[in-house]
Amino acid sequence: MSLVTAPHSLGPIARIPLGEARVFHIEGRNVAVFRCRSGEVFATSADCPHGGGPLADGLVGSHSVICPLHGFVFDLRTGEAPGRECERLITHRVAVAANGELMLDLA
Amino acid sequence: MAMRTRSRLVVIGNGMAGARLVEEIIARDADAFEITMFGDEPYGNYNRILLSGVLAGTHDPKDIFINPLSWYEQARVRLHAGVRVARIDRDNRLVVGDDGRVEPYDRLVIATGSSAFVPPLDGLVTDTGGYRDGVFVFRTLDDCAAIRRYAAGARRAAVIGGGLLGLEAARGLRELDVEVHVVHLMRHLMEVQLDEAAGSMLQAAMARLGVTTHLARRTTAVLGDARVSGLLFDDGTRLDCEMVVVSAGIRPNVALARDAGLAVERGIVVGDDLRTANDSGVYAIGECAQHRGQVYGLVAPLWEQAQVLAERLTNANAHAAYRGSRVSTKLKVMGVDLAVMGEKDAAEGDEVVHYAEPSRGVYKKMVVRNGQLAGAILLGDPDAAPALQQAFDRSLSLPDNRAELLFPSMRNEAPASAAALPDEAQICNCNGVTKGRIAKAVADGCRSLRALCDATRAGTGCGSCKPQVQQVLESCAGDAVVEDPATHYYVPGIPLRKPELVAQIRERHLRSVSSVFAAFAAGREDAKSKAGLASLLKTIWGAAYEDERDARFINDRVHANIQRDGTFSVVPRIYGGVTSAAQLRRIADVADKHQVPMVKITGGQRIDLLGIPKDKLPDVWRDLGMPSGHAYAKAFRTCKTCVGTEFCRYGVGDSTRLGIAIEQRFQGLESPHKMKLATAGCPRNCSEATTKDLGAVAIDGGRWEVYVGGGAGSKVRKGDLLCTVDTHDDVLQMMGRFMQYYREHARYLERTYDFVERIGIAHIRRLLVDDSDGLCAALDAAVQAAVDAFVDPWQEGTVPVHPLQFRTIVHTAGAEPVA
Repeated sequence: MSLVTAPHSLGPIARIPLGEARVFHIEGRNVAVFRCRSGEVFATSADCPHGGGPLADGLVGSHSVICPLHGFVFDLRTGEAPGRECERLITHRVAVAANGELMLDLA
Repeated sequence: MAMRTRSRLVVIGNGMAGARLVEEIIARDADAFEITMFGDEPYGNYNRILLSGVLAGTHDPKDIFINPLSWYEQARVRLHAGVRVARIDRDNRLVVGDDGRVEPYDRLVIATGSSAFVPPLDGLVTDTGGYRDGVFVFRTLDDCAAIRRYAAGARRAAVIGGGLLGLEAARGLRELDVEVHVVHLMRHLMEVQLDEAAGSMLQAAMARLGVTTHLARRTTAVLGDARVSGLLFDDGTRLDCEMVVVSAGIRPNVALARDAGLAVERGIVVGDDLRTANDSGVYAIGECAQHRGQVYGLVAPLWEQAQVLAERLTNANAHAAYRGSRVSTKLKVMGVDLAVMGEKDAAEGDEVVHYAEPSRGVYKKMVVRNGQLAGAILLGDPDAAPALQQAFDRSLSLPDNRAELLFPSMRNEAPASAAALPDEAQICNCNGVTKGRIAKAVADGCRSLRALCDATRAGTGCGSCKPQVQQVLESCAGDAVVEDPATHYYVPGIPLRKPELVAQIRERHLRSVSSVFAAFAAGREDAKSKAGLASLLKTIWGAAYEDERDARFINDRVHANIQRDGTFSVVPRIYGGVTSAAQLRRIADVADKHQVPMVKITGGQRIDLLGIPKDKLPDVWRDLGMPSGHAYAKAFRTCKTCVGTEFCRYGVGDSTRLGIAIEQRFQGLESPHKMKLATAGCPRNCSEATTKDLGAVAIDGGRWEVYVGGGAGSKVRKGDLLCTVDTHDDVLQMMGRFMQYYREHARYLERTYDFVERIGIAHIRRLLVDDSDGLCAALDAAVQAAVDAFVDPWQEGTVPVHPLQFRTIVHTAGAEPVA
């Protein structure tokens, strides 16, 4: 059904401060991209399903983010909020290319 | 079959300790071991504490299972249920079952528990070696079933042993409509836990329930032919009865360990690492273990041991150590609420506080040592138990008025016990969490307050309902409640208390949050711990702190308070709440220019501009031309004032000028939680200075009273008088000294009102006013250095620390699909 899409380049990884996240507006959706201190990157839907909180403003840990509004914690790998009655986030594949470009796959 | 790569863990014993250990290990690392367990009962693991309920018929046996057999299957634990271990072969690292099966191990844990101690009585055992018909011990589910069956045909039962277990058995039998007599060797009941006064109160309460007690009686023989017909005592008297339950104490099951050549005294000797003394691959926990000379028979210590050992075995914290438990227990004996903790009798120099009300069966006693609780007994009045338990567990300084602890209703709080509320009652009023939902989370396996709060969000708002959440936890889980060790850590992700953490940070020169994670958490960054560590490091290192912006909460990254729609509020500083026409005009112009959706007067005598998008913050700040009011930070917030002597006809001190001076000096000073201040020009206290974190109230004669630890938020507390001083400068000095002490010693997010209660105002006065420990000069110097280092953070509006500091959405003009 869906076409094979190519990944989007979001520009250099340095646009996101280390350990933080920023939102990229692509193809009509807002995607939060997280740059963990470990070097890993993750991409999820940008708003918390509970109260619409801006997840890119949250505190980021190893594989996790805390929503800045009400403290829900999400696993960035799965999008789930373990142990909580909250819908999961949509996750996307994202990687840093050899030239330092952030590559996002919305497929 | 795949090749074996995981190391093999064998656990002997499937009781409260062994099964708990396995649960704790799996929770930390499900793949750490291939786990095999031996249990000599043919069941899963059940809650032995509830056996008296099964005996009484109030609990169905199936309701007391913690882990049914299916759990082991799901957890991929091989359980040999109903298989006794015949021997341990340490040379070849094998465990041999009595059915001949052999299990090799890399690590072995002995958790064999204890069995009933049965004194050698004439006539107890028949010629064929079994107990005479009608003689029972009370230790297992099978024992319960046998006692219940036999009691159906019995009129009168004797229980040998008036200790905790004996009384539990008596209670169960009484519910079965049998006449119950308790025969006890000692001069009062439960002599291990209770003093004589409490023991006799308990005896009276039991008499009201129809249980007869025979004290100071040594049983010498069980009488009867085929079946029991009575007991004979050493004074020649006898008691007719048709059944006997022997509950004269327990003995650790150590035969296996002894036969295997392990060091055994009363129990299997283990160190703080819970290893046996002479085999580093073999551990022991639970009632069979002896640690620092102690063998524990209560459940809480077992669970602490299980937790520590799981930490070590899974390498979650390879240095975890068990340092012994402060023993306490809460129970209902014969329907009488009883809580005991620590020592029951006073040593020389101790202070003893007691209260007795025989007509209601109420007895309360505290043993106080060095201002802290060394022990307590509470009989017949459970309301005081939570506060006493907390004071005991955390070694809190007791209030000078000891009665406040024994009579919580005097503290004007008297929280209705949550245990009595219906399921639909709302416990957490911030997040709308009902008692029923909390109870369900307990049933689903949450056994600590933190796990429960995490799962339900109860208590994660203002936090004032946490005591009630704890009550629900206790009423649903009983003794299965565990205290999460993380509650004592400064932040949940680093297993150290604040003093140890501070010492380590200084010693290892850790100046950034990421370096702390690298040093203590193998680089694993816990998001919940970041802001607390950032606050602590800033306090420790001041200007030498290596700031990492990602460790800050969003408010502190952009110096504004995030709102429910993701916009921010801007509160400029208005020193002492005193403004001017020019300043108000400028604020009005900014509100017009930026179409600010709401302009509001705050409770702290300032003006709030609400609904500012993040990327507009620098423009708003520039147009205001005023410094930050820090209305978003865990820091000094504001100092509210009244008009004092300048205009007020009652004023006796210049509270306005003092408030402005306070705010100029301490603006932006970071602290474990926010600090809200006020100054009042007379004792009418119009600015409400006595319910602020710090407050100064002018009194006639030109003096100032300095209050600390007040608040009127989620918790209302009147501040305690720290001292009375002569001048504005004195007020500034004492306030700064207190703030620095609070900065250095409070837990993260601990408000001054909790901090002052925890430390005790008497102790704080000694330290900060009398300078008993010689700390004052250093505190004064440290707060001065912090004041000198102040920089208005709104300057980052013109010089951002990162080009995208104030941007959430990054423009993606170049975000075209790559061919």
